[in-house]
Amino acid sequence: MIWYIGRRLLQMIPVFLGATLLVYGMTFLTGGNPIDTLAGDKPISPAVRTQLEAQFNLDRPFIVQWLLYLKGVLTFDFGVGFNGRPIIDQIAAAFPATAKLAIIAVVVETIFGVAAGVLAGLRKGTVIDTTLLMLSLLVIAVPTFVIGFVVQFFLGVRLDLITINVGRDPSWINLLPPGIVLGAVSFAYVLRLTRTSVAETMTADHVRTATAKGLSRGGVVSKHILRNSLIPVVTFIGADLGMLMGGAIVTENIFNIPGIGTLLFDSIRDNEAPMVVTLVTLLVIVFLVSNLIVDLLYAALDPRIRYAK
Amino acid sequence: MAISRRSMMLGTAATGAAAVTLAACGGDSESGSGGGGGDAVILANTTEPENPLIPTNTGEVGGGRIVTAIFAGLVYYTAEGEAEMELAESIESEDFQNWTITLREGLTYSDGETPVTAQDFVNAWNYGANAANAQIGQYFFEPFEGYDELSAEDVAADATLSGLEVVDDLTFTARLVSAQSDFPTRLGYSAYMPLPPVAFDDMEAYGEAPLSNGPYMLDSWTHDQEIVLVPNENYDGGRTVENDGVTFVVYADPETMYNDLLSDNVDVVDQIPNSALQTFEDELGDRAVNEPGAVFQSMTLPGYDPNFEGEAGELRRRAISRAIDRASICENLFFGTRTPATDFVSPVIPGGGATDLEGAEVFEFDEAEAQDLWSQAEDIQAFEGPLELAYNSDGPHQEWVEAVCNSLSNVLGIEANPVPFAQFGEMREQIRMRELLGTWRSGWQADYPSMYNFLGPLYGSAAADGNGSNDGDYKNEEFDQLLAEGLATEDEDERISIWKDAQELLVRDLPVVPLWYQNSIGAYSTAVSDVQFGWDTVPLYHQITK
Amino acid sequence: MRSDTRPALRPRAEHWVAPLEETPLREVDAADSSTTPRSLWAEAWHNLRRNPVFLISAVLILFVLFVAAFPQLFTDQDPRYGNLAQARQDPSAEHPFGTTVQGYDILSRTVWGARTSVTIGFLAMIGTTLIGMVMGSLAGYLGGWVDEVISRITDIFFALPLVLGAIVIATRLGSMTMPIVVLVICLFGWTNIARIMRGAVLSTKTQDYVMASTALGASSTTNLLRHVIPNAIAPVIVTATVNLGVFIVAEATLSFLGVGLPSTSVSWGGDISAARSALRTQPMMLFYPSMALAITVLSFIMLGDAVRDALDPKARKR
Repeated sequence: MIWYIGRRLLQMIPVFLGATLLVYGMTFLTGGNPIDTLAGDKPISPAVRTQLEAQFNLDRPFIVQWLLYLKGVLTFDFGVGFNGRPIIDQIAAAFPATAKLAIIAVVVETIFGVAAGVLAGLRKGTVIDTTLLMLSLLVIAVPTFVIGFVVQFFLGVRLDLITINVGRDPSWINLLPPGIVLGAVSFAYVLRLTRTSVAETMTADHVRTATAKGLSRGGVVSKHILRNSLIPVVTFIGADLGMLMGGAIVTENIFNIPGIGTLLFDSIRDNEAPMVVTLVTLLVIVFLVSNLIVDLLYAALDPRIRYAK
Repeated sequence: MAISRRSMMLGTAATGAAAVTLAACGGDSESGSGGGGGDAVILANTTEPENPLIPTNTGEVGGGRIVTAIFAGLVYYTAEGEAEMELAESIESEDFQNWTITLREGLTYSDGETPVTAQDFVNAWNYGANAANAQIGQYFFEPFEGYDELSAEDVAADATLSGLEVVDDLTFTARLVSAQSDFPTRLGYSAYMPLPPVAFDDMEAYGEAPLSNGPYMLDSWTHDQEIVLVPNENYDGGRTVENDGVTFVVYADPETMYNDLLSDNVDVVDQIPNSALQTFEDELGDRAVNEPGAVFQSMTLPGYDPNFEGEAGELRRRAISRAIDRASICENLFFGTRTPATDFVSPVIPGGGATDLEGAEVFEFDEAEAQDLWSQAEDIQAFEGPLELAYNSDGPHQEWVEAVCNSLSNVLGIEANPVPFAQFGEMREQIRMRELLGTWRSGWQADYPSMYNFLGPLYGSAAADGNGSNDGDYKNEEFDQLLAEGLATEDEDERISIWKDAQELLVRDLPVVPLWYQNSIGAYSTAVSDVQFGWDTVPLYHQITK
Repeated sequence: MRSDTRPALRPRAEHWVAPLEETPLREVDAADSSTTPRSLWAEAWHNLRRNPVFLISAVLILFVLFVAAFPQLFTDQDPRYGNLAQARQDPSAEHPFGTTVQGYDILSRTVWGARTSVTIGFLAMIGTTLIGMVMGSLAGYLGGWVDEVISRITDIFFALPLVLGAIVIATRLGSMTMPIVVLVICLFGWTNIARIMRGAVLSTKTQDYVMASTALGASSTTNLLRHVIPNAIAPVIVTATVNLGVFIVAEATLSFLGVGLPSTSVSWGGDISAARSALRTQPMMLFYPSMALAITVLSFIMLGDAVRDALDPKARKR
């Protein structure tokens, strides 16, 4: 088990190197000069430009920039952003809001998605099932940003029920509406996944056996159906946690939340390579770690699985 | 300052990060934390400053409004754009080239101890002008003697402007490269603020918590969340503070900001989202602000694009200008929050907004005339299309760019396409390298209230070829001469009339096609009164009462 | 990686004996034994035809495809003719859905937008499916370090934001055009197909008949093409159908973030974003393109559902 985890953690090293190199290459390739972004329409003398380029290592080839970045990372020095603030500070400041947002989204999608999915799965073919299924389809089919600004406009502006500007005070309660918007699409997927899975498990032998030997319906559902049908759902949610952090770009944008998504989007547009690289790497790592946790959860959910070596 | 893209952003979020001290300061900030203590704390909007609050390194609106509020300079600007003495006793010159500046006695920074001296101004200006310090506002020191030396690539970190000299604690002299009669007017701009000696110990740390001398002082700065200013009791100047402080709330999205204003969660905003332009004056009545502002928007037709060269190019420029229905766009897209341009200078600037320039009919929409001019140009030299109008897609430009292109293609029967740039830096780089052909959107927000600021930096030969903001490389000796002549003229009316003559050359040559002046638009909540917007479209925060 | 250590999730139903009345024995008796048995695909088609979900989605999709192919039949207005003099109009005989802020006719924009969205959806689906299948089957079939490398690459691309790719590619290749949007989506959208393919290949690889084929001396390429891929393809088809809908939404999202198609192309995504500024005053401007997009995406997802049910007999209700 420990070996397994160790091996998985070691695998993250090439991913880290690959991701940083790839992203460095990409931001380098975009070519837009960050100093031009910094200066805006204003004139800037060549000497000042040279100074700034040297300050941010922009005058070096990108492989060198990447190596310098890696060197910094080894000493936990991620560099300074164009606004003069250390990158790591900016990320640390942005992280809580996005983490909360992602947690709200995951909790909402899990609780409501699984509950609705089990309901639909157990009553497959009934009106409830059809209604829930249509709802999930609708949520997937309407783009998140449309849901986002309709929610903000009607609940926030027209009815004054929710906080419009979450950015100033990103508390749990204020983050709830954007969190729900963020989790909406995943909710639909969890619902569909659970429904299919439950419906399949219901026809499995052991469930029939359990019913046949007279176990109560509640007992069958909780002991035999849920446990077995949740495995694919857990996989999905695990992978989703990583996706949500990056997917927050749209939601954070609409609700004015200064989180990771906003930071990422801005730094991509400003061509702030060290920031983009650090953030993307962070996302990749969150993604890998949550996948690892999911795999370990399998063992808990399915006793037949044991990790070798 | 030029229009920073952040200041004009719509639907995108600011750089950076959430509140660090969530648990600590949670939701109680609305009551106005901070040392002022009183209830009359004004809540206002801002964007996160792009740099630490160092006057010479602040070029965009978000940081500019804070710097202006917490620093006091030699002069300040009234709402009408008049320069009034603030710290200066006198700013004098015989020849407009050699200036003697005297400070009032007994001025201190907000700690009440550190005196404001002539040396502080000279230090601050030397710091800003020295390229080794890589200050964004470096070009503001161009008029001073010694600027060229400080702009060399390998300049020593302690090199200073040869044109500045301290006479005594309260007096210093400035020698300029040429006569500049509007020099005192410029000195209210944020780049010309003084810095106390403590700043030079650690400039970066200073920028996070500056010791300043303005009507307000910085109380706290929660990045990407809010900036709290409290009144500075040791301020001695004309900008009397009528409230208990200003808390600037960082908004990335004007939609959110406006929604907050409607529910009185913010007191003063100086931006209205496009979606509310149609309704905000009806919705808010007296609390809506919509008056001329010092922002000029145009479309640059570069001189190095073969399509716009020579006689055909001249006809084509006129054809394009006459094919754009400015009035309709200002009315239907901007709902009267922009005013069709009739010259190259904003109407809030003395002498600007002239309607009587010779050849001004080129600004009038006339389909037949436009088509005629275009076909004349075609006879000389065929247009290599399509006509492209580049803009940065992270600002609120898409709508009007699209409308301008539609106007051009409907009238001229050509293909006119908007070309969005996802990264502003990419667009600026292509312009700087002179690689961007076709046309692009351009805009100018005045740094100081003088006609010269709308003309010299944008169309003067000295600012061409990558040495300034003359991106279209317009060069006209006659124009340069008139500019210089105006700078050397003492009488304001005479000066304006000379610069109007200069503008008539621009009307003839159309290095850019003027589109409209952007109004100061904004609004305030039911809780405040005495809200007035400055000439530079920023509210005069110190006057507001609550 | 994990999947190779994970056994099939469900015990198979070999021991289940159905009550006699539930078995279609009579039909079997009646069957003409001289004809060949129906293949998986024929069986699936047979089931599909009787599934109302399939019928509804198929009709909707055919309609959308028809609109995309012949937009001129539905409107005689030029979707790119913008005239501010007729901006923000309410529905009228001339403009049944009204006009936009730019004075475009909303009906014609919605009709012509179908072509853009559907084309992008289809091309991106084909692209991602090809890339995903190649990567997934290589990883699953070859295993070892190839699997390791491909799986790591998949991880990276899974976590990379689409916007980054869109901006990078857009700035490198000039501004956004339809092929570039497709390219971006392909580059960033192939990972889920690759994962599914890899999993399917892994489980098929150990099936008796594949092993038998290997034992009989079939080359690994033959095996892969003859036995493994055809049997792994069902879940891929299902995912690809759903992906098509997702990609149409992705195109719209790129527009919303300001890195989508320029306004010179008529697309639902662009129109939806442009309508945001009219949300306060003319919400219907947002409604029509959103509705068109939602219906299209919905139909493809429903189609995916129906196909899955048809291909996977276990998921069918008895």
